[in-house]
Amino acid sequence: MGKRYYAFILSGIIFAVGFLAIIQIARGAANLGIDFTGGTAVQIRFEKPVILSEIRTALEEKGLSDFELQDMPVERKVLIKIKRKEEKLGGFSEKIVSVLDQKFSDQHLVIDSTTEIGPKVGARLRKDALWAIMAATAGLLIYIAWRFQFRFGIGATIATLHDVLAVLAVFYILDREINLIVISALLAIAGYSLTDSVVVFDRIRENFKTRFREPVVTVVNKSINEVLSRTIITTTTTLLAALALYFLGGEVIHDFALAIVIGIIVGTYSSIFVASPIVLLWGGERPFAKK
Amino acid sequence: MKKKVFWRVILICVTIAVAVIFFLPNTPLFRHMPEWWKETMPRKGIVLGLDLQGGLHLEFEVEGDKAVEITSERYAMEFRELFTEKNIDASVRVHERTIEVSPIRPEIQNVIKKDFPTLTAVEKGNALLYKIPDREASQIKENAIEQALETIRNRIDQFGVAEPTIHRQGENEIVVQLPGVKEPKRAIELIGKTAQLEFKLVDDEAPVAAELPATVLPGEEETVLQQFAEKIPEGDEILFEKKENKETGAVIKLPILLKKQAVLTGDLLSDARVNIDTRYSEPYVSITFNSAGAKIFEDITGKNVKKRLAIILDNTVYSAPVIQEKISGGNAQITGNFTLEEAKDLSIVLRAGALPAPLKMLQNVTVGPSLGRDSIEAGKLAGIVGTIAVVIFMLLYYRFSGLIADGAMVFNVILLLGAMASLNATLTLPGIAGIILAIGMAVDSNVLMFERIREELRAGKTPGAAVDSGYKKAFWTIFDSHVTTLITAAVLFQFGTGPIKGFAVTLSLGVSINLFTALIGTKTAFDIILSRMKVKALSI
Repeated sequence: MGKRYYAFILSGIIFAVGFLAIIQIARGAANLGIDFTGGTAVQIRFEKPVILSEIRTALEEKGLSDFELQDMPVERKVLIKIKRKEEKLGGFSEKIVSVLDQKFSDQHLVIDSTTEIGPKVGARLRKDALWAIMAATAGLLIYIAWRFQFRFGIGATIATLHDVLAVLAVFYILDREINLIVISALLAIAGYSLTDSVVVFDRIRENFKTRFREPVVTVVNKSINEVLSRTIITTTTTLLAALALYFLGGEVIHDFALAIVIGIIVGTYSSIFVASPIVLLWGGERPFAKK
Repeated sequence: MKKKVFWRVILICVTIAVAVIFFLPNTPLFRHMPEWWKETMPRKGIVLGLDLQGGLHLEFEVEGDKAVEITSERYAMEFRELFTEKNIDASVRVHERTIEVSPIRPEIQNVIKKDFPTLTAVEKGNALLYKIPDREASQIKENAIEQALETIRNRIDQFGVAEPTIHRQGENEIVVQLPGVKEPKRAIELIGKTAQLEFKLVDDEAPVAAELPATVLPGEEETVLQQFAEKIPEGDEILFEKKENKETGAVIKLPILLKKQAVLTGDLLSDARVNIDTRYSEPYVSITFNSAGAKIFEDITGKNVKKRLAIILDNTVYSAPVIQEKISGGNAQITGNFTLEEAKDLSIVLRAGALPAPLKMLQNVTVGPSLGRDSIEAGKLAGIVGTIAVVIFMLLYYRFSGLIADGAMVFNVILLLGAMASLNATLTLPGIAGIILAIGMAVDSNVLMFERIREELRAGKTPGAAVDSGYKKAFWTIFDSHVTTLITAAVLFQFGTGPIKGFAVTLSLGVSINLFTALIGTKTAFDIILSRMKVKALSI
């Protein structure tokens, strides 16, 4: 617990960047997937390696602008996104395909997928994602507060928020696309981070019931140390599974796995250095004290 | 003690067997099973999601307001008929949902009130504005959506896609999923075509008909319509016939003056088939009217010999042949320079019926089959590698007990796959990720238990007592952590779509099954070992 001031500084930074990321997302300035903005996305696999600038000029020549290109060189796939909303779907994806078919007529292009999302759906998905996050947070807060005490609920909630913001911050810095799948990864991380915090809280409660002569800080510290080995083992095993996903799971799962990997690491950190200190800071009477 | 253990072992074996039976259809083994097995035992197993199988996911909005407009227009026509019948001179004009009748005269009002009691009227200047009341309007919209659902189902049925999913979403949306469909563009057109078939008489007698330009370039239809808007007599309209030169691709439009009132509509059809014209090897669609339609057809053709009858689909004239003689028997042909596919699709759409209101596409996700295959391969690889890594780790760290934990993990996976198969759950790529994650978490419960047992051993308890108390103490922690994950998964399930729902399903199932195996599996293994052998020290 002595180290908690260093931890606060680090977490402070994370919070700041995370909030920045959220503001940018709200302004639409971050790399949002078309799930949220609406638009068209076409993913094409080329037979031979292609240069992105060739694709760009080919599309621009035919009057397409406002598009983004994402390169996946290992698998020779290119993702073309247009974030403009069309009232009547279908125009852009067809145009993109025909332009590229013509330009690269010496190759056999495989259309991996096309996604067209109208503005109404995009808005609805955004709303749904927001509701999901809020509902999950509320549900978890209530459950933890019930199983332990209110201040633990706060500690757990803030720790979880911290983890989600951390992942968002990393994604923002790395400019990786934030789409629905990433959001679902965030929710999974929230649950996982909470699990970690619960394990720590559980031990804290147990210790408070027996060690009632020791000062609060010592009890909390001891509890954390006791569960440390379990926390590390679990983090390691889950990390092994997540890393396998990240390196071998193919590029569709890639960002999802990245979110999970970051979430697991930060989640462990937050259970130790964020959740418990907040419980301490909250003050008030000794938790679980026998009356 | 031994008896309790015995029953638990039986339970474990039974659940494994049941899980395997459910999951069998997804494995190549299923094909080799005897016939009686394939008949009685579950056949379906886990369904692959669109992102793994490839296919089409479409979301449409049914424009219910247009359906109300169409009904208003129908009422307006009935007004006109009524006025002609009663020899009343009044003008009827439709503007979106209101029907404007002028001038205002009590006899007109009474006549309308008698036959159309539900319509409300509002005075505006020199005219009465009639409107369909809200309750009737929402009924029309509701019917439109139900009918659209039916029609789309019919069309897709005839198009021939294996296991399509068509359902209503929310108030006025329809979701269509066509897994494995080979021609997505054709399917989309087929679904979205309004397919309003109408037969209208061509008005060659009005003087303005001779003034119409012979051909019009596409894009200039509006100008032509505006130009002649005042000159066309009331009850007439101008529509365009499309002529495409198949070699050059040049398209021109021919304006035709028609009597607005359709003499026949597509709902009077009983059949539509594709035939090939032997002279030019051109496909055409031959339609057959039902008995009511055939009678009207005979009537119309009899009264209008030498006049032209236009065949119109979705307000485009396909052809306007001259009626040579009275036609009985209710057969007609629709020609229009079709390719075989176009003719086929037209016949499907005529057979299945017209859409009551236009569909507005909200979302279209097309996944090619190759992407799905790649993803499955990658997912499998990641799963196997991840599992091996975890297994090795557990063995190294917990020694023999690690083996027990690994066994519990395998038990978990089998049950999870079986549970998903029994629900015919849809497996998506995030769903595979959920399974892999659940593997990692499955180990967590065991880790919690083992760490506790180690502590109890360190405190000096005997192996048996250590296992018991370690287990008891760890239980509530395991419970809490699983419930929190379940809450998250439940939220994901509620708010997620498609692939994310798949993730929520596998996560919830995985976590719930984990609780079960944690209760039954690992402890049982320890109990068996402890009761059968004299264990002095636990390998943990």
